Amino acid sequence: MNIIEKIKKAGLVGRGGACFPTADKWSAVAKNLARNNKKKSYIVCNAAEGEPGVKKDGYIIENFSEQVIDGIKIGLNFFKAEKAYIYINHKYYKKYKRQLTKAIGKAPIEFFIKPVNSGYIGGEEGSILNAIEGKRIEPRLRPPFPTEKGLWGNPTLVNNVETFYNISLVNAGKFEAKRFYTVNGDCLHAGVFCLADNLKINEILKETNNYPNFSFFVQVGGDMSGEVLNSKQLEGLASGSGSITVYSSKKYKPYNLIKNWLDFFLNESCGQCTPCREGTYRLAEVLKSPDIDWQLVVELLDNLDETAICGLGCVISVPIRSYVNNVLSKEGDNWPKMKPKEACECFK
Amino acid sequence: MSARGGFASGGKKIKIKINGKEINCLPDQTILEVALKNGIYIPSLCYHSDFKPKANCRVCVVEVKGEKKLSMSCKRKVEPEMDIRTDTPRVKKTRNLNIELIFAEHIGKCPTCVWNVNCKLLKLAEKYKIETNRFSDRKKNRKTYKFANAVEIDGTQCIDCRNCIDACSVMQNINYLELKGKGSEQEIVPVKNKKIDCIYCGQCAVHCPVGAAQEQTQWEIVEKELTNKKKIVVAQFAPSIRVSIGEEFNLGYGEIATGQVIAGLKKLGFTHIFDVNFGADITTLVEAEELLERLKNKGVMPMMTSCCPAWVKYVEFYHPELIPNLTTSRSPHIHSAGIIKTYWADKMKIKPSDIVIVSVMPCTAKKFEATRSELKIKGNNPVDYVITTREFAYLLKKNQIDFANLKDVKADNPLGQYSGAAAIYGGSGGVMESALRSAHAMACGSKKTGVCRDKIDFKEVRGLSDVKEAVVDVGDKKLRVAVVNGIGNIEPIIKNLNKYDYIEVMACPGGCIGGGGQPIPTTDEIRAKRIAALYKLDKSKKLRKAHDNPAVKESLSWLKKQGKLEHKVLHTKYKKRK
Repeated sequence: MNIIEKIKKAGLVGRGGACFPTADKWSAVAKNLARNNKKKSYIVCNAAEGEPGVKKDGYIIENFSEQVIDGIKIGLNFFKAEKAYIYINHKYYKKYKRQLTKAIGKAPIEFFIKPVNSGYIGGEEGSILNAIEGKRIEPRLRPPFPTEKGLWGNPTLVNNVETFYNISLVNAGKFEAKRFYTVNGDCLHAGVFCLADNLKINEILKETNNYPNFSFFVQVGGDMSGEVLNSKQLEGLASGSGSITVYSSKKYKPYNLIKNWLDFFLNESCGQCTPCREGTYRLAEVLKSPDIDWQLVVELLDNLDETAICGLGCVISVPIRSYVNNVLSKEGDNWPKMKPKEACECFK
Repeated sequence: MSARGGFASGGKKIKIKINGKEINCLPDQTILEVALKNGIYIPSLCYHSDFKPKANCRVCVVEVKGEKKLSMSCKRKVEPEMDIRTDTPRVKKTRNLNIELIFAEHIGKCPTCVWNVNCKLLKLAEKYKIETNRFSDRKKNRKTYKFANAVEIDGTQCIDCRNCIDACSVMQNINYLELKGKGSEQEIVPVKNKKIDCIYCGQCAVHCPVGAAQEQTQWEIVEKELTNKKKIVVAQFAPSIRVSIGEEFNLGYGEIATGQVIAGLKKLGFTHIFDVNFGADITTLVEAEELLERLKNKGVMPMMTSCCPAWVKYVEFYHPELIPNLTTSRSPHIHSAGIIKTYWADKMKIKPSDIVIVSVMPCTAKKFEATRSELKIKGNNPVDYVITTREFAYLLKKNQIDFANLKDVKADNPLGQYSGAAAIYGGSGGVMESALRSAHAMACGSKKTGVCRDKIDFKEVRGLSDVKEAVVDVGDKKLRVAVVNGIGNIEPIIKNLNKYDYIEVMACPGGCIGGGGQPIPTTDEIRAKRIAALYKLDKSKKLRKAHDNPAVKESLSWLKKQGKLEHKVLHTKYKKRK
């Protein structure tokens, strides 16, 4: 069995948040290489970890550098790639460069430090390719996907830190059906935990001694882009990048939460497309008015869902919609500056 | 050009549906391309066939049956059995909101904006009945960047489509504009690199879907001068105007509207109307003479044309070592203006300083050229103001002149006569062909046999290819000539100058008919139609060569008797610029 078949058998999915079947991505690179034998190939390990509330990649690098590098080397060998880049945020680079360099040895693996002002969008795969190529750091139009036209027009494999870690384990026959969860927020034992990948959210909280004894809700998959669930909705898996952030209900004003999310996306929008560049600006503007037009808020969020170019634009509505539908509309108190019933109606 | 959208490759046709209409089309095209070819309207703002699709305006959205996500028709390629709808409620909702959001980057100026007679965005807002008062004008405090007196980028109007950057960087390879900042803060600015400068070609302006990148207008001061009783205000118009202005009045592409142009200018209040084609014949003669002289006396070679002011700016800033290669001949409208303010003024007994000359040009760089101090004749600039084709159209519409129904008027004599060689100046290769017709005839003298049989057509230098090369007969010599179509294609020529004897360079793709001041849109298809009209005009003329133009002969022989004035009127010099 070659490595792709092993990966397929193990059922690996990408751990960067999108959960794309890893075997399919590797096959796409292989197919595109076979189609055009003049092309080189490249590998990028995404160690940007820019999503607030997600800390697992730093943990994995700290504790399992060798396996991460081993996974990258497996890719280098399999595709006979030109080189691999570890696209890493500056904090992690400072902390872990020595141990990573040791593990790299003489392999053609280079660090590319995530540029200082690239922000949240600097961790998106198209932005990463543009950063490495010296272009403006913003997403690319897809198709073509990086597997077909990545770095300098060549087939490029972009995988997350945890994904490469898993590939190393699969290759050594040591892979277990586990994944790394980040638990943080209003909890006693925040941290990164390696547990079975089929645990429900409430089970994860209980096993890590983090199940709250106060009124709470959670956000899963990231503090900005993650879905918000109330305490009765925790029977599912921890989706996306596997982070669970606990929010104590009494601590947060609804207006501030929503404003926080929208301000974040307003600051982080790359500006390329109308629904996001203009949409985030107008959303922030609408929220400032004394009489918030919730119908307009929903219209702007719908427009983002329908026509934004990249993952950032398409995810903006997720935390807000889920918060209103799953938490607010069930509670309805603590609403300065908002008309609870009207607002919730608009979101249905 | 490699950046421009590709044409459909040969192959088997496929069947698709757009709004229920069955269409057979070649694959490897986008939905928008197929729709346009089949007369189906899909709105778009950032799309331009000269560039690869950027798909950032998100206005050309369509729904493909069976797919969850909407598609951008400018980018999405057609597939067999695709069922496309451009008018579903889902499409309308998101398209209209995106138009509304774009409009709000921009509103507040419509009542006084020059483009309200021909603005793509305003037309979309009207067509889809967009709400224009839900959002405030978010760019009202943005800066305007001005480049000489020719072009400007008005940040208050910019809709972030990036066409100007595609034009300046990808197409023209000048790289003068960049996008600074992120998100809603982003702004188109000139680069802060002292080694890069604007050449005023205006390709940014002719690709802008709104009124952000545009010419610096002079129609206001021209209108004012027209009311000045103390001046004789005359107009002259370029070769390109007559085959392009009709587009602004729904007369189709390549419509030859010379008589109406003159009538329209007369209605605007200009007392005399002259044809720059007359000036072009002078330019041809002066240039042909200089070419033959350099060949005979082993002067600086290759000789290069200089009637494109953006190309001259390019040489002066980027390659000053090539200044000696530029012909010392002035450009057509400067030639004709010089003759007007000397020969014509003398004939009419008018003081040259009482004459105001307005050139109607397809060009933004000519606004800069007109101010060059080296061009002064006895203390006066030959041309006082330059307005673009678009400004001319605006003036006509503003004054409610029914251009389409104007009765033809002839230009004023004697400076209204021109040859076919002048007519083709507006297209890439036109100056070259014109000069070769005359140079060859002049070199042959009275010989009429062998290679010296009458040669009119030099077809190898025509067309829209990036660079056209040929070896042509001029008298008993074989000249290696090159025609560069668009400043973006200049580098390989500059690196191989010793391969050529005579080079024509036009900064704008297509030549002047694709100029920065031309009607919008300007695409390859439209460039070809405008050029075809010029060659049609050429063929229709009895006079095909510049040196056969009697008016030119008369004015030049008068000039010969004026001593030093002759050189002042016909020649110029250039200077290195930082």
